[in-house]
Amino acid sequence: MAAITSQPVVSAKFPGWIAPLVILVFTFGIVPFIGSSYLIEALLLPFLALSLAGVGLNLLTGYAGQVSLGSAAFMAVGAFAAFNFNLRVEGLPLLVSIALAGGIAAAVGIVFGLPSLRLRGFYLAVSTLAAQFFVQWALTKFGWFSNDNPSGVIDAPKLTIAGIDFDSSTGRYYFALIVVTALTFFAWRVASSQTGRNFIAIRDNETAARIIGVPVLRTKLLAFALSSFIIGVAGVLWAFAYLRTVEPAGFNLDRSFQILFIIIIGGLATIRGAFLGAALMVVFPVVLSRVGSFLLGDLFDSGMLDMSQRIVIGALIIAFLILEPDGLAALGRRLTGRFRPNTPEPVG
Amino acid sequence: MESFDYLFFLEVLTGGLLSGVMYSLVAIGFVLIYKTSGVLNFAQGALLLFAALTFVSLVERGVPFYLALVLTFAIMVLLGIGIERAVLRPLVNKPPITLFMATLGLSYVVEGAAQLLWGTQVHALELGIEDVPFKFYGVFISQFDLFASAVAALMVIGLTLFFRYTRIGLTFRAVADDQFAALAVGLRLPRIWATVWATSGLVALVAGLLWGARSGVQFSLSLVVLKALPVLVLGGFDSIAGAIVGGLLIGASEKLAEVYIGEYFGGGIEGWFAYAIALVFLLIRPSGLFGQKLVERV
Repeated sequence: MAAITSQPVVSAKFPGWIAPLVILVFTFGIVPFIGSSYLIEALLLPFLALSLAGVGLNLLTGYAGQVSLGSAAFMAVGAFAAFNFNLRVEGLPLLVSIALAGGIAAAVGIVFGLPSLRLRGFYLAVSTLAAQFFVQWALTKFGWFSNDNPSGVIDAPKLTIAGIDFDSSTGRYYFALIVVTALTFFAWRVASSQTGRNFIAIRDNETAARIIGVPVLRTKLLAFALSSFIIGVAGVLWAFAYLRTVEPAGFNLDRSFQILFIIIIGGLATIRGAFLGAALMVVFPVVLSRVGSFLLGDLFDSGMLDMSQRIVIGALIIAFLILEPDGLAALGRRLTGRFRPNTPEPVG
Repeated sequence: MESFDYLFFLEVLTGGLLSGVMYSLVAIGFVLIYKTSGVLNFAQGALLLFAALTFVSLVERGVPFYLALVLTFAIMVLLGIGIERAVLRPLVNKPPITLFMATLGLSYVVEGAAQLLWGTQVHALELGIEDVPFKFYGVFISQFDLFASAVAALMVIGLTLFFRYTRIGLTFRAVADDQFAALAVGLRLPRIWATVWATSGLVALVAGLLWGARSGVQFSLSLVVLKALPVLVLGGFDSIAGAIVGGLLIGASEKLAEVYIGEYFGGGIEGWFAYAIALVFLLIRPSGLFGQKLVERV
């Protein structure tokens, strides 16, 4: 990736679409052929799902300024809704059931977004925890959601679209990549539209936004709906493409925090930040376990790995908040900015 | 349920109120820090775990009870000073939500450190109070819960006196009232914050010991913060009285709901019921029972 971002720029008018195009060509055309199936299954698939969840949360938290601690709940809603649509509606195409699942997640998001009309800041953040606990409780308590499977862990359906089988690891990678690309483009459009500017206005000063005519209530609910839609689809990817099982346990509070951390580390109110943060979150445990076992040998067991991972992630969060509040995205921008002076800050 | 069993109702109610006191104990630690620095300290649960784990490990290594208490308190004070140095001071004047996220990170660090230092196994903690229920006018009351309530009451009285009649308490209130004005009259903010964090470390120690004695000292101890949050929301983030009343309300309604309406939901509702109460309540009063009204300025 570094090769892309540090390319010397020929003219000052370096078109903004070049970098995304290069990334798309690289991810669609080159990665599947050079990547091993370990790389794809263990790193790229969770990376894609978490990135998408980060993009979704960033719309809500980064752009609209509403902190949510319940992202994993919306992922769970998406995953279980898609599973049930696929199971109970005969002959429904997979993509339609995923879109519908996103819609269900959006509806649930609106319901849990209602407190935001009265609450702000911490009070709102705490109230989003209600979503986290309620959804997880409902999904484990009522057997209907998991088709009365006694273990609560259900196999995800095969990924088949229009007769094409996407079930191999490369296939699942393409499937996830297409969905992520489409929704990221959508999120980018939203962020750079009037709606996105309304989000930012509400984040920066709600009362002022109301005075200049931003429909505050509607915009807040819209932020919850859009963000939950995207997070819901991310949940589908997580369950169908990455884990290939649907279970409530994986969508716990730690996952919600992880997604929040992704956008803090990556950069609030940027699209690329979600990807940078997710990459760090996925790669970092692998690196840490390698380094740990290299330095300490057998002393470094899984418990220790878990704990040191917590410590380092927590320390990273604090360090980023203090040293680089705009996250990896700003860091990257400053580094590439040396080659690209006098360009305005991009929206994405 | 033909005839309503009042005795049973009373018993559930008392049990709920007493467990509510346990929530309040945790909530008070939050309130202390919120009042003086405007930070919702998510790491309070982690501090609680750290304190309890340190204490238990010291006792298990043969340190006498009271010495371990003093040592743990000293460690909590050092931790408070360290947190002020490393986390709060660089983030002065940042938006409160940034500070909240920083404490989220802090909670990961403290939890990880506590377990890396002392291990992840469950420790039993014996405080020397027997948990034998006794009968009071036909209602069974847990002796341990009663003891916990007495401790909580003592702590609240102590804190109230401390806030009202000591010089440090006065500076705490000054900082809580207006940080800039406090700075302008020459109060040393860093030192005050460190003291506040040390005090909340003490609260965490007390709460950690009581919770630990009840449910064992282990990782799940840090999750009591999730129980304390609805209490805070209900009572208002900046009121010690609110933390107590909120705790009692949440504790009582949670137990009553579990017993009387839980069966209609298939049970296990205590995970989210407190949040539901808090939310419904907030929709009526957005700043909680005793919280300060938000004044909007543009």
